[in-house]
Amino acid sequence: MSRTFLANRRRFLTLAGVAASTVPLAGCDVLDGVLSGDSAVRQTLASANSLSYRVQRMLAGDRLAPEFSATEIRQGQRPNGSTDPDGADYLALKATAFATYRLPVTGLVEKPLDLGLEEIRAMPSRTQITRHDCVEGWSCIAKWTGVPLATILDQAKVKPEARYVVFQCYDAMNLGLGGPTPYYESIDLLDARHPQTILAYGCNDQALSVANGAPLRVRVERQLGYKMAKYIKSIELASTLAPYGGGKGGFWEDVGYDWYGGI
Amino acid sequence: MTHAPEEIASGAAGGGRLIYRHGLLTRLTHWAWAVALFFLLLSGLQIFNAHPTLYIGKQSGFAFDNSVLRMDAIYGPDGQPQGRTTVFGHSFDTSGVFGMSGPADSPAYRGFPAWATVPSYQDLATGRVVHFFFAWVLAFTLFVWLVSAIAARRLRRDLLPTGQDLRHLPRDIGDHARLRFRHDGRYNVLQKISYGGVLFVLFPLVILTGLAMSPTMNAAWPFLLDLFGGRQTARTLHFACMLALVLFFVVHIVMVLLAGPVNELRSIITGRYRTRDTAPPAEIAAKEARS
Repeated sequence: MSRTFLANRRRFLTLAGVAASTVPLAGCDVLDGVLSGDSAVRQTLASANSLSYRVQRMLAGDRLAPEFSATEIRQGQRPNGSTDPDGADYLALKATAFATYRLPVTGLVEKPLDLGLEEIRAMPSRTQITRHDCVEGWSCIAKWTGVPLATILDQAKVKPEARYVVFQCYDAMNLGLGGPTPYYESIDLLDARHPQTILAYGCNDQALSVANGAPLRVRVERQLGYKMAKYIKSIELASTLAPYGGGKGGFWEDVGYDWYGGI
Repeated sequence: MTHAPEEIASGAAGGGRLIYRHGLLTRLTHWAWAVALFFLLLSGLQIFNAHPTLYIGKQSGFAFDNSVLRMDAIYGPDGQPQGRTTVFGHSFDTSGVFGMSGPADSPAYRGFPAWATVPSYQDLATGRVVHFFFAWVLAFTLFVWLVSAIAARRLRRDLLPTGQDLRHLPRDIGDHARLRFRHDGRYNVLQKISYGGVLFVLFPLVILTGLAMSPTMNAAWPFLLDLFGGRQTARTLHFACMLALVLFFVVHIVMVLLAGPVNELRSIITGRYRTRDTAPPAEIAAKEARS
């Protein structure tokens, strides 16, 4: 009898015991402890996320997210998360209306880039009217204009060992746990090269507002809002997510959200 | 599902026969669904609480109003905060349950109260982890049950209402209203309709409306959005399915209690069920054959 089997069996029994002991209860604070942090129960339950990820990838392939008609834009894009970063470096950029903004593209690339906003705006653009879905449950339809991320990756010539695109951001989030933490996000190359994945500098025919992530935010239309980093400071190509933040691939991922935000 | 009332022992006590009513797979899937639905409900309410408003349409109206249900907190006429629930434009003071709940000196402003969510505190990330795990359990057990029920040809025998069933519908409703139940080991027409409705309408609908909320599944299967009329309508329908399943659960438990909880529970745990019909099985079979 293998050790894995025993470990799995013990895990199953723990889970079954927890389930059985709580079913008759209406109140559920009994479960709070076993579900928090990195408990074995929590990790077992979270393993379903990798199944969800694989099935979604298999079914969606490189299909496009639904796009909408202009009449569906019935309101401004609702800002969420950071809406007005107050870091000194960001305030300095904002003071110049982002004329001094540079976007470094580094990491596992043959040709590191350092692009100005005018250069980025001069590249062939893509405009799409899509639905933004927040993990909280709401949706908002808006028109996004930007440069396909694939164009920039092609210019930088991604090395074969690269697997992820990591976005470092100017904004920091404060959840009350040890002060503000810089926002970052990551997607894999499949999503990075998807035709609808753009670095957006325009929203609803206007320059992207500060509230919505000026000067650049990424659109990853087949995933939830938290994947679409705002206030992009740099782009890095990486083979692993371990060195970044808490190592789980994003600010929200580090506090327990799934890395693939497809559902 | 019910097995053909195969007699195990002629019961002296109570005058009924002991039959083998529920196969092992039916009993296992029943309890898997019970556990899964319990966690799906409480984690679903946790997820709902992250944005306790439901809408009709493709998006959520912030600059316009397409909401059909909203739970929030406001300052009442007395200057004190109160929980408010708005359903189709009609507002109700729901302090203590929806919108505002918890201890009076430090109330929590949340949609559903702590006792109705898992975890009890606000934690969307954990709610999602629990919800998606048990969503897989529900979908997987439904699939296993369906395949086995089709293979064993049990759907038609146990769940499809017969012509005779439908003719007896008014009488069955009357009998239920007078709390007079048949105990012959087969499902009556109201049971067939409610179990069939859960298995073939509510379960598929709750799974598909759940998938319709996934931006990746919207790319994979865009027809789901057309079918349900947009992502926010799908979210509202998902919530409505939940209400229907809770209603089913309440009625189910009441019926079990009224019909004899010991016998009913024994049949869904061990499979053994004591009928109260003294007619021998051959006679029942003959009666069915004539209809």
